[in-house]
Amino acid sequence: MSDERLVVRKTYKLYIGGAFPRSESGRSYAVVASDGSFLANAALGSRKDLRNAVVAARNALAGWSGATAYNRGQVLYRVAEMLDGRRSQFVDEISSSEGTSQEEAAASIDAAVDRWVWYAGWSDKVAQVAGSSNPVAGPFFNFSVPEPTGVVGVVAPQSSSLLGLVSVLAPVIATGNTVVLLASETRPLPAITLAEVLATSDLPGGVVNLLTGRAAELAPVLAAHRDVDALDLTGAPASLVVELERAAVGNVKRVLLPQACEPDWAEAPTPRRMLAFLETKTVWHPVGL
Amino acid sequence: MDSEAMTTVPGRSGPPGWLELQRTSRPLGGAVAAGSSAVGEVLAEVGRSEADLRRFLHGLPGVDQVGAEARAASLATRSIKTSSKLWALEMAVRMIDLTTLEGADTAGKVMSLCAKARRPDPADAAVPPVAAVCIYPDLVPVAKRALAGSGVAVASVATAFPSGRASIAVKLADVRDAVAGGADEIDMVIDRGAFLSGRYGLVLEEVQAVKEACGQAHLKVILETGELVTYDNVRRASYLAMVGGADFIKTSTGKVSPAATLPVALVMLEAVRDFAEITGAFVGVKVAGGIRSAKDALRYLVVVNETVGEAWLDPSLFRFGASSLLNDLLMQRSKQLSGAYAGREDFSFE
Amino acid sequence: MSNSYLTDQPEHVVWEYSPAPESRSIVHLQPSYGLFIGGSFVEPVDGNTYRTENPATEEVLAEIAAAGLGDVDRAVEAAGRAQKTVWGPMPGAERAKYLFRIARIIQERSRELAVLESLDNGKPIRESRDVDVPLAAAHFFYYAGWADKLEHAGFGPHPSPIGVAGQVIPWNFPLMMAAWKLAPALAAGNTCVLKPATTTPLTALLLAEIIQQADLPPGVVNVLTGAGSVAGAALVAHPGIDKVAFTGSTEVGKDLQRALAGKGKHLTLELGGKAANIVFEDAALDQAIEGIVNGIFFNQGEVCCAGSRLLVQESIADAVVERLKSRLSTLRVGDPLDKNTDLGAINNADQLEKIRSLVEEGEAEGAVRWSPSCALPEHGYWFPPTVFTNVSPSQSIAREEIFGPVLSVLTFRTPEEAVAKANNTTYGLSAGVWTEKGSRILWMAQHLRAGVVWANTFNRFDPTSPFGGYRESGFGREGGRHGLAAYLDV
Repeated sequence: MSDERLVVRKTYKLYIGGAFPRSESGRSYAVVASDGSFLANAALGSRKDLRNAVVAARNALAGWSGATAYNRGQVLYRVAEMLDGRRSQFVDEISSSEGTSQEEAAASIDAAVDRWVWYAGWSDKVAQVAGSSNPVAGPFFNFSVPEPTGVVGVVAPQSSSLLGLVSVLAPVIATGNTVVLLASETRPLPAITLAEVLATSDLPGGVVNLLTGRAAELAPVLAAHRDVDALDLTGAPASLVVELERAAVGNVKRVLLPQACEPDWAEAPTPRRMLAFLETKTVWHPVGL
Repeated sequence: MDSEAMTTVPGRSGPPGWLELQRTSRPLGGAVAAGSSAVGEVLAEVGRSEADLRRFLHGLPGVDQVGAEARAASLATRSIKTSSKLWALEMAVRMIDLTTLEGADTAGKVMSLCAKARRPDPADAAVPPVAAVCIYPDLVPVAKRALAGSGVAVASVATAFPSGRASIAVKLADVRDAVAGGADEIDMVIDRGAFLSGRYGLVLEEVQAVKEACGQAHLKVILETGELVTYDNVRRASYLAMVGGADFIKTSTGKVSPAATLPVALVMLEAVRDFAEITGAFVGVKVAGGIRSAKDALRYLVVVNETVGEAWLDPSLFRFGASSLLNDLLMQRSKQLSGAYAGREDFSFE
Repeated sequence: MSNSYLTDQPEHVVWEYSPAPESRSIVHLQPSYGLFIGGSFVEPVDGNTYRTENPATEEVLAEIAAAGLGDVDRAVEAAGRAQKTVWGPMPGAERAKYLFRIARIIQERSRELAVLESLDNGKPIRESRDVDVPLAAAHFFYYAGWADKLEHAGFGPHPSPIGVAGQVIPWNFPLMMAAWKLAPALAAGNTCVLKPATTTPLTALLLAEIIQQADLPPGVVNVLTGAGSVAGAALVAHPGIDKVAFTGSTEVGKDLQRALAGKGKHLTLELGGKAANIVFEDAALDQAIEGIVNGIFFNQGEVCCAGSRLLVQESIADAVVERLKSRLSTLRVGDPLDKNTDLGAINNADQLEKIRSLVEEGEAEGAVRWSPSCALPEHGYWFPPTVFTNVSPSQSIAREEIFGPVLSVLTFRTPEEAVAKANNTTYGLSAGVWTEKGSRILWMAQHLRAGVVWANTFNRFDPTSPFGGYRESGFGREGGRHGLAAYLDV
């Protein structure tokens, strides 16, 4: 009989509509550490789960995009607070998922929190940088404003289980879009823990929906789904990208293509990932007595 | 609307705008019944034709949504405490039209409601009775018997409530039926379809016809503000109802959401205030639908107080159409008097 | 049958709101306060102090340090050292997190700050609670978010701070003005020496405590309480100050600009105003009335951008004035700590005297004065809401900033006349336009010489929205991306 206390292990479920359901398919798959040891069973998301996630994202869109930029910034800052609060949990999870040292994992979570704070501070500034009043040649007041595109499907980076995930997720929601995100297939656990952070941060249910499972199974469904307005293919397996691009054409999705190889997430980002999921609306009005 | 039936007044180039009516307004000297000659004069001037009516209604000052909502929100920050709160809670009780408007209503349900209306708090006779009960027309006789000698009025909905989608003949028959059953007050609905398609004359005519069919009964005209959507429409519909002879204008049927809101009440109270200035007639306002807490009710009273003033702080000019509100008022009153929060089971729920 | 509820003449009711006082107990007033220099509260070098009072009651609140020249030296030195060694070199992402912390703590301690502000300034608790404190927090939030993304602000790839900012603020929005000054300066990498107004030091001192709670490195923010003529003058002239920001009267602003001539310091000024609130006959009338009331009676009219001139289209002038008077009868003047108070005390005796003398001048010049009847408390500095009609544009009450709850009503016939009258002033801070016609709003906005134009609203502020004046209302903008310009060496 050992003196060591038995740990109550976490069950890793999906995050849809603000709740944590299991996959409707009842399936799961084993997630292993870099040394092959068993970490946990993660839900093996199905096309129906994905369908439900898109519905949740669509339902959350009006509220989230209609919130003031200030309010979104406040919520996102709160996420950063919660994230920082769970630092040690993430250090363990990243380290075991990615096989990195505790120091590297710590640097990763620290960078992820700062990355989240960076994007939180953008929500009430994007319009000032991406919008403008335009000096048209006539007696009109003319202004252009950026607006969120809508429901964005994101395939998260396969390798960087938290920092990479945060770097693709935060820019999409800071501007008012809602998200259906496919976590890294082999390193999904930090993503689900992040979902727990989101659920305790006043983020309305459905703004972020997170699925774990097989990219090859889920990404094509996401890409072809006509109620998804845009795609971030950053983490899509190279062999799938062309097929996904083609599938996206059905409703002219805006597609952000992956780079040749996974970027160095430690590098300072640019506004690119926010601008990729913004539409521009230009309004004219006469000026006269 | 049959414009040939309207008499034309020679020598005028067009109907007076709202501003002109303001300039020739009569000084306020005591409450004048809403169906008075002053109102009739206004009606004659603006109701001559569909075009005149439209010009008048569209010439009313607009309502800025953001500004109106900000004013309502600011009034909602008023903090009503101690004796002023107790006064308000008791006034609110007196202003309630205790309502049941369900398909499943029975004589038993209505009798229970009437008993509560007469004596809201079984443990405290000092709690005044409510203003009225509000029910469907076929249950009016039941309510009349149950409320005999109590001073509590019987208000009946009518005119194919809540939708109003029936022929005028059916709607008037509905009214006559309720009146014959003994209803003291009739809550009618305007034809929103007609309003939203710009047929203002039809809306006006229906109000006038129902007013006539009411006889001695008082008429409340339900605008169904949730379907009108804009505050500009609410203002116009308020005027239409008042010019048509309404004794009260009412926000909602309670069957559509959104129902009563503070800004909508604000706009209606402003219309009532302006109408009183022009005609000297005091029209009442009833807010109905979704008012469940004493806190909400007190906010409405603040809006009344600071928009139209004290004259309207009376059941003869302001009502709450509500059911569960009564118990929350009783609970709050109990807390004010005893210092402790009451429990839900301390009061009968019907 | 007669129903008891049906009365032809409702009995006369008067619903008096019972007192609804906000408790003072959340504020822990110290008997005396030191200067905040180098991260701690210290005694002034010369040991001079003065007293700050509650303008609603004339009760003394606390003893306040009066900074002398030696203190100014100490503070500027601490700020300079902190800027070179700590704050300037610090990565923006770290500066951002400090500012987010300050914003958060302001939110956490919001009630305490609101009560203290009302006690020291005289403004109604409803305003300090719902406007001043939330906006102060919001300014810190907004600028925190710029600290780590200055290269995207449109000032070039590597914008750098100026150095040490000397900031002098007025008594009308003490905490909010402190936030407006500190937040952008710190975000850009500058350090600050703040001189709050003499009569309203307390929330700045509580902010200093909050800054300690946030662990801000010592010397990054310093607070020097004291007299404008001593500490303020010495601060702005100090060789260690690279950038001066001043909000206050035009008269003092000009003195300052004169004193700084040739000194090579960056300078921004936010001065007085005599804004025109222009109401057209097609305005949404009830909301326009609210806008007029808000425009001149918000914060007792002690607002640089107050709509102190009502320019109403002649065709509706009488109706508007009548409605305005009727509306003013519901305005509640009294104890700032009562949650139902709309109009509080005038901040200080000097200001009250200025208001009185200008109002007397107005009457002497033939304008007709009106106030609703309101009982004013016996002690304290009070002035009733006042409306002048029969005002001509040449009268002093139409031209001079009163900085009190006094409205002058003038009329116009056409939009062009409205613009001409609105612009006929050496000021240019703000203006209001009330009309339902969109093109006219935009035409008016284009032609009004004012840094802020409010259409169908008034006195709206937001950290994202640049605020500042034309001409003698000052130069420079606070708020928005534009607000960074004052604090970057570009």
